[in-house]
Amino acid sequence: MLNISPFSYGLIIQQVYDNGSVYSPETHSLQDLQQPAVSSKVFIQRDYSSGTICKFQTKFPSELESRIDKQQFEETIQTLNNLYAEAEKLGGKSYLEGCLACLTAYTIFLCMETHYEKVLKKIARYIKDQNEKIYAPRGLLLTDPIERGLRVVEITIFEDRSIGAALLKTRLGSTMVFISFMEIKSL
Amino acid sequence: MRECEYSQISTRSSTPMETPYKKRTPKKRKWETFPGRNKFYCDGRIMMAKQTGVFYLTLVLILVTCGLFFTFDCPYLALHLTPVIPVIGGVLFLFVLGTLLRTSFSDPGVLPRATPDEAADLERQIDVANGSTGYRPPPRTKEVVINGQTVKLKYCFTCKIFRPPRASHCSLCDNCVERFDHHCPWVGNCVGRRNYRFFYMFILSLSFLTIFIFAFVITHIILRSHRNGFLTALKDSPARYPFTAQPWLVVCFFSVWSIVGLSGFHTYLISSNQTTNEDIKGSWSSKRGKDNYNPYSYGNIFTNCCAALCGPLPPSLIDRRGFIESDAPQLAPPANGITMYGATQSQQSHMVSLYTVS
Repeated sequence: MLNISPFSYGLIIQQVYDNGSVYSPETHSLQDLQQPAVSSKVFIQRDYSSGTICKFQTKFPSELESRIDKQQFEETIQTLNNLYAEAEKLGGKSYLEGCLACLTAYTIFLCMETHYEKVLKKIARYIKDQNEKIYAPRGLLLTDPIERGLRVVEITIFEDRSIGAALLKTRLGSTMVFISFMEIKSL
Repeated sequence: MRECEYSQISTRSSTPMETPYKKRTPKKRKWETFPGRNKFYCDGRIMMAKQTGVFYLTLVLILVTCGLFFTFDCPYLALHLTPVIPVIGGVLFLFVLGTLLRTSFSDPGVLPRATPDEAADLERQIDVANGSTGYRPPPRTKEVVINGQTVKLKYCFTCKIFRPPRASHCSLCDNCVERFDHHCPWVGNCVGRRNYRFFYMFILSLSFLTIFIFAFVITHIILRSHRNGFLTALKDSPARYPFTAQPWLVVCFFSVWSIVGLSGFHTYLISSNQTTNEDIKGSWSSKRGKDNYNPYSYGNIFTNCCAALCGPLPPSLIDRRGFIESDAPQLAPPANGITMYGATQSQQSHMVSLYTVS
């Protein structure tokens, strides 16, 4: 026994470990671990001028003017539009898939993925990639349109620009806080 | 001895140490809180409309008619004509059943309702355009030019979205459905973009099946009558086979004509790339105006048919079997500095409770 009565103890943060680096607790405030405050959201609506195919408007919203340049944004949206066009393309391959499915009374889709689903996975990877490379460092976050029913591309604008990298890390859950139990104070 | 004052700073709302002691609320799937008037079965895998009584009637009619055909007519025909007849009948029957179930149980192309942030953003845009006043503004529309035709997009007050072209709100299911054709009570579901091809295959194969059964029941009676005489054949059938008689023939006769008629109508719709909704309203009919034409048509019948039946099958936009995120992203900056932007399930829970000892 420690011969201390009553015995009380507490934890004091000695060091903070974040992705391979160790900081002292004053510099790396735990506030950073919390999700950064959202300033606003911009919604890029669908463009129906070509019919019912999935296409988003490439008009640059004014709220993003201070964060990202127009060309970059337009390139992202245009690539997304091209990917969706690829998914919905009517061609030899899609006809073949449709006929094969019809002949097997559509049971083939129980074991095989449709062409559309394959392209959707590609789109999800592209958005993740764009977020990591371009949008997160500027304090922006793209939401995959499929999570919004292909109605809008939702862009979340965060208050703090530099939050981007930390945001991604906390989003992916890879931050660790290391507490060292160094002191047990007797009272 | 000094009093210890513990002040707790928690960076998360709960700790992993607490969870074994706290009762976990079971994770709910999204279909359980679906806002429309749909019924879900098999843990969200099957989706139907609210009224399913007529669907069961359809199922019973098909099963009973085919059952009777296979039990009473097929043995005779297989013996005296060819055994291929029951085989073809069987294949047709299975195809009909498969497409019927696929039409009834799948998502017709329901558009999920707008998230609160989206709805607020749209409202703001509309208010800016109109100039906000105290009374409820007139129905909101947006105009868009598709292929040279001006199409009006209406705002859906229930779903809080501007409906895409060709979408419509089904009042029975209380959902906006993409490329809305009609709500079919016989099938117990809406017919829309995702299940139109199954519906068409169903009515097409059903018309072949009914014609097939009708023809071979007649053949059966004729063959019997060649042996015994026509009247005795008819008389015999109720006595020996209590069900293969005139009432069922009459039912078959009327259903043949109605189903064949419906198939013909839908074949016309597919070849001109229209929906039942548009045809009934006469949206693209030349009677409305000299320059009125269907902007969605590809020009030739073959491409229209291929696009409707063999085009890529879009995925369901409502994630029925996904889990509901307990943390919703909020726009307002948090008062205590702690908000969770829970968008993925893969976030790990790092629970840290700090106690400072004073």
